[in-house]
Amino acid sequence: MISTASTVDETNVHAGKGEHARHHFDVKHVLHEMKHYLPSQTPIKDFIHHNSLHAFQQMKFFDAIFKASKIFGFQATLPLHEFRQLYQVGRIKNVVLERVIAERKGTQLLAEWKENLVIKEYDDITKPRIGLLRNNWKSEHRIDLDALVHPLLYRVICSYLDQGIATWQFPVTNLGFLEAIRSLEKNSYTSFFKTKRAKSLLLEGNCTIPGLLKIVVGNEDYYEQYLYDQQFSHKGWSGMVSVVEDFPATLYDQRKVSLNDFIIFELLLEIDALDKALGKWRPLAEAKKSRPVDLFADVQTTELHEVLTLWQHAFEWSYYDEVLAGLASGKQTSQPVTAKTSFQAMFCIDERECSFRRYVEQCAPDAETFGTPGFFGVEFYFQPENGKFYDKLCPAPVTPKYLIKESGVKGEKKHELLYTSKTHTLLPGFLLSFLFGALSAGRLFLNVFRPKMSPAISNAFGHMDRQSTLTIENKDIADRENDLQIGFTIAEMAARVEGVLRSISLIKDFAAVVYVIAHGSSSANNPHHGAHDCGACSGRPGSVNARVFAHMANHSGVRVLLKEKGIDIPADTQFVGALHDTAGDEIEFYDEHVLNAQNRRDHELHLVVFEKALDLNAKERSRRFASIDTKGNLKQVRKAIKDRSVSLFEPRPELGHGTNALCIVGGRQMTKNIFLDRRAFMNSYNYKTDPEGTILSRIMAPLGPVCGGINLEYYFSRVDNHKLGAGTKLPHNLMGLLGVANGADGDLLPGLPLQMIEVHDPVRLLLIVEHFPDVVLKTVQAVPAMYEWYINEWVHLLAIDPQTRKFHYFKEGVFIEYEPLLKAVGTVNNMVELVESAKIMQTNQTVDATLENLPVQVLN
Amino acid sequence: MYQVFYLYIWFPLLAYFISLFVPRTKEKIISGLAIATTGIHLVCLSIFTAFWAIDGGKSLNIDHILLYEGDEYRIAIEFYFDKITAVFACIGSLLTFLVAVYSKYFIHREGGFKRFFNTIILFFFAYNTLIFSGNFETLFVGWEILGVCTFLLVSFYRERYLPVKNSMKVISVYRLGDICLMLAMWMSHHLLHRNISFQQLNDGAMIGGLAQTHFWEILFISCMILVAAAVKSAQLPFSSWLPRAMEGPTTSSAIFYGSLSVHIGVFLLLRTYGYWEHVAAFKALVIFTGLSTSIVAISIAKLQSSLKPQIAYSSIAQIGLMFIEIALGFHTLALFHFAGNACLRTYQLLVSPSVQHYLIHDMFFNFTPKPQVNNGRAFAKLKNSFYLLSLKEWNLDTMQHRFLWSPFKWIGRKVGFLSGKVATAALIALFASGIYCYYMETTIPVDVFSTLPLVFSFIGLMLILKSFSDRGDAMHAWLSVAGGQLFIVLAVALHNEDYSHGEILLLLSGSLVSAVVGFICLYKVRVIDLDISLSKHHGYVYEQPKLGLVFLISCLGMIGIPFTPSFVGIDIMLTNIHKHDVMLIVFVSVGFLFMELAILRIYARIFMGQHKKAFHAIASRSA
Repeated sequence: MISTASTVDETNVHAGKGEHARHHFDVKHVLHEMKHYLPSQTPIKDFIHHNSLHAFQQMKFFDAIFKASKIFGFQATLPLHEFRQLYQVGRIKNVVLERVIAERKGTQLLAEWKENLVIKEYDDITKPRIGLLRNNWKSEHRIDLDALVHPLLYRVICSYLDQGIATWQFPVTNLGFLEAIRSLEKNSYTSFFKTKRAKSLLLEGNCTIPGLLKIVVGNEDYYEQYLYDQQFSHKGWSGMVSVVEDFPATLYDQRKVSLNDFIIFELLLEIDALDKALGKWRPLAEAKKSRPVDLFADVQTTELHEVLTLWQHAFEWSYYDEVLAGLASGKQTSQPVTAKTSFQAMFCIDERECSFRRYVEQCAPDAETFGTPGFFGVEFYFQPENGKFYDKLCPAPVTPKYLIKESGVKGEKKHELLYTSKTHTLLPGFLLSFLFGALSAGRLFLNVFRPKMSPAISNAFGHMDRQSTLTIENKDIADRENDLQIGFTIAEMAARVEGVLRSISLIKDFAAVVYVIAHGSSSANNPHHGAHDCGACSGRPGSVNARVFAHMANHSGVRVLLKEKGIDIPADTQFVGALHDTAGDEIEFYDEHVLNAQNRRDHELHLVVFEKALDLNAKERSRRFASIDTKGNLKQVRKAIKDRSVSLFEPRPELGHGTNALCIVGGRQMTKNIFLDRRAFMNSYNYKTDPEGTILSRIMAPLGPVCGGINLEYYFSRVDNHKLGAGTKLPHNLMGLLGVANGADGDLLPGLPLQMIEVHDPVRLLLIVEHFPDVVLKTVQAVPAMYEWYINEWVHLLAIDPQTRKFHYFKEGVFIEYEPLLKAVGTVNNMVELVESAKIMQTNQTVDATLENLPVQVLN
Repeated sequence: MYQVFYLYIWFPLLAYFISLFVPRTKEKIISGLAIATTGIHLVCLSIFTAFWAIDGGKSLNIDHILLYEGDEYRIAIEFYFDKITAVFACIGSLLTFLVAVYSKYFIHREGGFKRFFNTIILFFFAYNTLIFSGNFETLFVGWEILGVCTFLLVSFYRERYLPVKNSMKVISVYRLGDICLMLAMWMSHHLLHRNISFQQLNDGAMIGGLAQTHFWEILFISCMILVAAAVKSAQLPFSSWLPRAMEGPTTSSAIFYGSLSVHIGVFLLLRTYGYWEHVAAFKALVIFTGLSTSIVAISIAKLQSSLKPQIAYSSIAQIGLMFIEIALGFHTLALFHFAGNACLRTYQLLVSPSVQHYLIHDMFFNFTPKPQVNNGRAFAKLKNSFYLLSLKEWNLDTMQHRFLWSPFKWIGRKVGFLSGKVATAALIALFASGIYCYYMETTIPVDVFSTLPLVFSFIGLMLILKSFSDRGDAMHAWLSVAGGQLFIVLAVALHNEDYSHGEILLLLSGSLVSAVVGFICLYKVRVIDLDISLSKHHGYVYEQPKLGLVFLISCLGMIGIPFTPSFVGIDIMLTNIHKHDVMLIVFVSVGFLFMELAILRIYARIFMGQHKKAFHAIASRSA
């Protein structure tokens, strides 16, 4: 397994810089700092989940979110009135609320605080600090700089960075942004500007940030704050510029852009707009009356903050308590030792596989399932046949040294006639409007009434051709390309296979067939499709990884090395890779031809199991989709689910990671008969084989950035879908293949759209580890970057003592015992009934939406 | 048996009224209603058209409802069906039906689900009224409602800043088109001394004769029609509104700005071809408009790096070609061109999000960096200039603001002194004296009396402009615009003694009631909030959605939207202005133009935009 401890990059080292030097303005330093606060989402083709407030991560969760809220005007939690409604409908439980208050405020003050929470009126209007300084242009001069500058600024930067929407490219893209602007300005009879000064400043003047700020702002004390105000008035574009500057390779058609250049151009446009509108004007600092408060000054904790904090805790623990009660009352089923395991299957830890695993086990009670991050420990770049670029197939922070190439692809890449850019020309466009007019009407009719897969739809199974050959094994160390080794050597393969098998403790009792099931997601008309694919594979389907892992594990040389290390895989045990499409609920297996005759026969039987499990899984998922009649017969429901994933009109092909709330590291027997409603990431782990916690350390390293990152992105996109999420998808417009914006003049919108988060309850992740508390404590404390997630409360941590089965909650550096308030949870006797009777939300307002989430129950 | 085709208009209207009463959460009923309406419409219309075509395809006309009859003029709802109607109606029905089915899933659970489908059905009614109209008055009914639907759909996300801003931008240009159409109707009344139906218009002989004797009048009418068509079809110099209108859900953008709404200009030119087919100079003007638009729009389309504006500009370029086709007399070609372009652009807009995956995927396998030559050669320099100009959209947006709206804002600010107690008292006194003059006409010297209409209409206009640029209290602005309207009505009453009490009452019955209701709404907001100044958006629709709706209705009543008595009233009032009183017609028409803008601006500022109280998530201004 690859260590991902290095994942928590140095971006997290900043926040709370309350008292920085006022007098000297150091551009480099200011920009360096600013980059941490800007959104760090890469172009949308590589959608990678991360903590939206990563810059504040070295502060405690609540301090951080309230500070961010005060500075930038984000909503940090659900609004007060929604918490109160949740309490009224019973979603926040009274007993939990009282316990939360009593623990934090003491029993004497319980009544008083409860009244504060439930009744007292607060002024809960957010009044952010950002923008106050620059706002003086409006209040003092009645100049709306945003309206004058933004439209052109966005259009210029978007045209410069554009990856292929425009058919007439920006004339100069081989130079850096500002140089390109300068070159275009020089070599043209028209100008970017309306007035002379800005033009001459660009061409010959002191065109630096301090130089221009001197003109615009005047007083050095205000420079930094002005820049923050300016850049955060369009944080989407600034963030994109900053990300592309740091990772130019994230664009296929690369550009040399920098935040510095971008700011200079914006300042020039501001000078131009001010010159045009005002003629003669004085710098902002001279005209303004009072000095606004420093952006990063400490934020006073108010009573309202405390109230919201208590509500958030009560909301979270209302759910966690139920989960723990469920875990406590779930029967400890141990695998029947006598029965032979029919097959074993490894799945991604992804919470969407939670229900699929449950149904596989239900349909084949003698099968065993495991969860492990979906790149299956093999990190590499993948080059599809004829691909001009590489796709990274491992967690985003890992930089692989290996390349796997595809060859022998059967079938051609299909094109979609109607997507030609020729319709954006005059005369060919004229002819095409007759030809394509009729065609598109017919196509639209079919799309609406008979949706089916097409080349324009993102197809999870299209990532790799199942008939192709992969260069998995490296036979010659010198076989390299672009500084990457092509394929893995046998020793490297063995190390990776061993890593994964040990982490899930599959080191003996192998079944004859072991499936390695990755996941991906098909969806139509969905720029955010990357957010539905496998997070452990950098937002790509994991099919190649599954196939590669199976190949490695089947390799006779690898088997020999594994045997030396004590993992004796029987000769007739074979691994089979597969890909599960989480949107369409379909599965595809790879290299089945390697199976021996007996395994092949068994595999045919297992296929029936998987199909049945997928039917049931589709049915369970369908309960949240209003357009599907869950009570319909299984095949109809399955078809409807499949159609969803290829329907152009469907903004919710699936619900992604919505509702994720748990991460369970431990044996499957702990969760096997508990209904967790697809809310838990599940990583298989056996404490018995790891008394020292060395394996645990490797398992836990990526859980913070990957699962915590996903959870927090959902959290923030949920509580402030406008400023930290992308708002509703419906009006989205593609900008330069980089991201989406609302309408024509909007700023880029990082974060998750409304359709992905509406089912999500904004609770932090509860990471449950089955091991002795002292081992867990030692493990997390060993790596500071990992410890930060827990000590700062961005993720809750809880250990289950394997012997006493007691819960130990990690709080302020120590584990303390937790006794669930709820003594027993309900029982499900019939899953079908549960699914069919589940209510669907009336509206997507928090209170209505949360009622769709079913309580934790014991499966009978 | 063909004479029942008016049902194609009333059927959607009925569905609209039903849809208003369906509860918000009953998504299936709401969308089902829209799908059934458009679906049945499509089927019946197809069968009807097929029979009609087999039967020889003779144009049909129905004089449907008489709305008003005066001595010289009658206002009636008339319907007409010919091949232009057939093509536009069939394509309209087909696309609206498909989009309604598409939207059933697409808009699911959106906060404004009901609002969306209400507006789509209303749009469908307006579109059909317009397409089936048999005279200008009927066409204008559809035209106006279409404008309101546009305003409502562009500002669908009314709690964000940009949709609201852009909806004001769009409605401002649209309003210019409305006024031009009103003026065309006005001149047409005076020229022909009656209301002419499109069937009569297409006879040809009559207008052909008039073109000889009344060249300038005909040219005036034609030019007004061209401006109205250019506005609706986003031709130069009005093109820049179209990309900015893409603020609503993609499906509404597709049907409005991809296909149906944007081709109304084409329809108008086809429909009124009879007026101008004999005026060669005007045909040249239409060709020039179309050609220059095509070239400019395609240059902008080619370098658009954002998708929806790219489709918008490509569509504009094709519409420019349609204008040329119409002027050259290739009407069947233009109809096919319209049908093709409408379907293609609707499809392109609907699938626009999938372009992300398609192009990135394509790039992954086929990308080759383009070589670049940056030299200072004259040709390269010219090309760069062209690029830069197109990148700035040929300054169309800024120019529009500068030449069309800024001067009036400036005037409005200059007459800011018309507020305050003294000014108000003076205005009331002036108005009272005007009424006195109206009743005591004989006692006033003729010279003085003849200048009164001008004076009063001027004051009315100034009050409206003041309200239009007002940054102060919304209630003052509201009173000011209502007062402006009264002054204008008074001016026309003084101008033409034939303008009867009944006719005046018709106009005022709608707008006065609306003015009072609107005032009460604003007062209620003021009770909550001391600051209801128009210098910023307050976004009250978030906390007072019902009040917002009532206020919106009273705004529409004030403006004189069809369904209100004021609508007919305004038409009659205009007709009462004599042909030669240029200044009066200028004051009155400009007054009506800005009246709507001032009123909608008040609505936008108080009820739409970012909610000022951030106790919940609010979109950034730039989002």
